[in-house]
Amino acid sequence: MANSPLLDGPSGARPQKFITWQRFVVYGCLIGCALFFLFPLYIMIITSLKNIDEIRAGNIFVPTMHPTLDAWFKAWDSACTGLYCEGIKVGFWNSIKITVPSTIVSILVASLTGYSLANWPFKFSEGFFSVLLLSSFIPYIVMVYPLVIITRYMGIFSTLPAVVLVHTIFGLPLLTLLFRNYFASLPGELFKAARVDGAGYWQIFFLVFAPMSMPIFTVAVILQVTGIWNDFLFGVIYAGPTNYPMTVQLNNIVNSATGGKAYNVDMAATILTGLVPLAIYFISGKYFVRGIAAGAVKG
Amino acid sequence: MHSVSVKNLTLKFGAAEVLKNLNLDVSEGEFIVLLGPSGCGKSTLLNCLAGLLELSEGQIWIKGKNVTWAEPSERGIGMVFQSYALYPQMTVRGNMSFGLKIAGMAKDEIEKRVQRASEILQIGPLLDRKPGALSGGQRQRVAIGRALVREVDVFLFDEPLSNLDAKLRSELRVELKRLHNRLKNTMIYVTHDQIEALTLADRIAIMRGGIIQQLDEPHTIYNRPTNLFVAGFIGSPAMNFIKGATVNGGKTFQFGDVALDLAGYEGGAILDRSKVILGLRPEHLSIVEQAIPGQSIPAVVEIDEPMGADSLVWLEVEGKQMSVRVPFEHRPQAGAKVHLKVDIAKASLFDETNEQRI
Repeated sequence: MANSPLLDGPSGARPQKFITWQRFVVYGCLIGCALFFLFPLYIMIITSLKNIDEIRAGNIFVPTMHPTLDAWFKAWDSACTGLYCEGIKVGFWNSIKITVPSTIVSILVASLTGYSLANWPFKFSEGFFSVLLLSSFIPYIVMVYPLVIITRYMGIFSTLPAVVLVHTIFGLPLLTLLFRNYFASLPGELFKAARVDGAGYWQIFFLVFAPMSMPIFTVAVILQVTGIWNDFLFGVIYAGPTNYPMTVQLNNIVNSATGGKAYNVDMAATILTGLVPLAIYFISGKYFVRGIAAGAVKG
Repeated sequence: MHSVSVKNLTLKFGAAEVLKNLNLDVSEGEFIVLLGPSGCGKSTLLNCLAGLLELSEGQIWIKGKNVTWAEPSERGIGMVFQSYALYPQMTVRGNMSFGLKIAGMAKDEIEKRVQRASEILQIGPLLDRKPGALSGGQRQRVAIGRALVREVDVFLFDEPLSNLDAKLRSELRVELKRLHNRLKNTMIYVTHDQIEALTLADRIAIMRGGIIQQLDEPHTIYNRPTNLFVAGFIGSPAMNFIKGATVNGGKTFQFGDVALDLAGYEGGAILDRSKVILGLRPEHLSIVEQAIPGQSIPAVVEIDEPMGADSLVWLEVEGKQMSVRVPFEHRPQAGAKVHLKVDIAKASLFDETNEQRI
């Protein structure tokens, strides 16, 4: 194909004038949408940089005349969350302690399950997969109270392991589906070749499949980290007060009213909380799209 | 001792029998080609030999050992796949040494084997590249190399050349033959390309519906097809078939007003049968001006297809089409009334009721 004389000349779409009315409409919409979504962020940032006097003056759209990072330090280090006044940093570390193990365990289990379902069919594997698929459509609110009882019986209610366990379980159906479809889309002959080479269950997974599955692992990490980091409900129910994640602490900061509302501290704390998923998206957004597409081609 | 022995192999997927009570004995150093249309079970049989599919019934013996339930890696086989199936994240060297590393072989022995294989296949300069940076032909060489380093007795090829373009395919075909002459391993090769089968094989097994229809040397398969299916499947352009009957105590083949003398036919007792099919390959017919009683068929020339050295002439015989291969310079004019001289010694007669060769 590449040597065809027809393709030797210039290729690509026919050149066009840059400014046409279609372009004008498209860019107009894009810029409009971007502004719409960026505006609240703008307000948050300028408010977090204001001192309390400027805030009392109203005019939330006006940029600050006396920018200061005081609110940021206060939010991180000494804002009051109920009884304690240690800032949101406690919640930050709690969130890390919840997110990291939940992400690792759920991805490990889901990728192995997906790999088994795709490549090592057993007697009821299709049925098992259907049940799994079905379970990802059950609203998780239904499970909240039963899980409270289960974790209480296990003696881990209101502890870190409880919230990690719950996050891991709820991550499994979707992640397994994702991994199964991805592994099923890999060429079957690759699996056969590895078997002829003498690789077993674990060797095929770790030496052959995992290294060529970075896109789907990236997707899984993004889904899990952002999902677990942004979670409020499971954190407030299962983690217990000493292990409250950042989102719960943020809520407590915003809602614990002692005197006037410190909007600048609230804004700073909110931005701090949102920073982690934001960073994840910026770093790996490219791979995210690629991975979703990779999994979507076949399956 | 047979190199590979398949005994009463049956494979079922659910209720469907994909392979039916199949037997196959392959001698040491033999090149066997499994040939058939898609869905005939040839790749399935190969996967069974490799240990990638579990049999429903029967046994597989390789080198005198019953390997029916052995793992693929324990059977003493190397396998080459149609899609090459190279590990994309590993270099060529990594691909070739992967199996040896898993087997726990010493590093210098691995290196020695990789060097030897890459010399044979002339892929030395590519050893540190990744498969993504190789052309299709190079990838298939690496895939063959991955089988070579195992230094096994039996190689299995699953349509290894199907993904290559025509020119590369014929080049690699010759190379495979050279490789076989040099290594003298047993090779079992699956293809749907009859040219590959005819050129490479010591023996061809023609398969249909999970059954081996005929297992013979290419020459015999071509000239003495055992049934109607094999006759029609092998040969391009295809064999001409004429429906008729044998009369006169099996001495004459009669169709329409034409009677052909069957003296000289090589086969079994012909007898008088009411439903017989005469199979004639295009190159076993020749065009003559004058009718030869008992040896020729009158025909009208329709068109001809020049194919380089010779030309394929299509004629009408009793309302049916027949093709004849003639030298390019001897092709007749369209519309000409001619006669087709039949070389009855090279013809095939089939009983129409059971489709078997007479």
